[in-house]
Amino acid sequence: MSGPSSMRTPLERVRGLGSAHTGTSDFWRQRLTAVAMTLLIVPVLVVILMLIGRNHAGAAQILGSIPIAIILLLFIVASTWHMKIGMQIVIEDYVHSEKVKLACVMANNFFCVAVALASIYAILKLSSGV
Amino acid sequence: MYFGTLLLAWWLIAAASGPTAYANVQAFTGSIIGKLILFGYTWALLHHLVSGMRYFVWDLGYGFKANEREALTWGALIAGISLTVLVWIIAYAVGGGR
Repeated sequence: MSGPSSMRTPLERVRGLGSAHTGTSDFWRQRLTAVAMTLLIVPVLVVILMLIGRNHAGAAQILGSIPIAIILLLFIVASTWHMKIGMQIVIEDYVHSEKVKLACVMANNFFCVAVALASIYAILKLSSGV
Repeated sequence: MYFGTLLLAWWLIAAASGPTAYANVQAFTGSIIGKLILFGYTWALLHHLVSGMRYFVWDLGYGFKANEREALTWGALIAGISLTVLVWIIAYAVGGGR
């Protein structure tokens, strides 16, 4: 089918494969979010260090400022996405019962989306100052 | 990594909720147990970061020889610990231990 005489390219042969049947898209997104977080880690650590020792009012003011809110939003999107893919790969590799696997993948999605949206909501609330 | 993000989410939600909730987070992060967990999370995060950087090297087609893989792995371990200690030194320097 895909012997030496095949005209299909290597990319075409891997598209749609993998245990999630989505081929290489997870691989690419995992690298994309990894590079994003590698760039974001220093600003994020600086933000966290800025908050040490401050009371609620001071912390809320810093977290609600525009550049800091944007840095944290980018980091939250990248990190929750990265962790969703990473955990799903572990589940798909090690959970062999199809039903349990389905439940685990679903729970993983719920968890990651919940963490992401709760954090995003908190930052937006701090930014709007209410 | 996975459950450490819960700490981050808890902290952000508390900051959005108000002074009482935020004081609870600060009481936790100020306690010995809280500090130990945070220190562990800092190390886990930074080790994952530098360890993950090995994949950038491999994706670019370098570092596949046995001695290179060894060096990258040891480098990641040492860099992760060094960075964690560095972050906590800075944390104590700016915050006086919260």
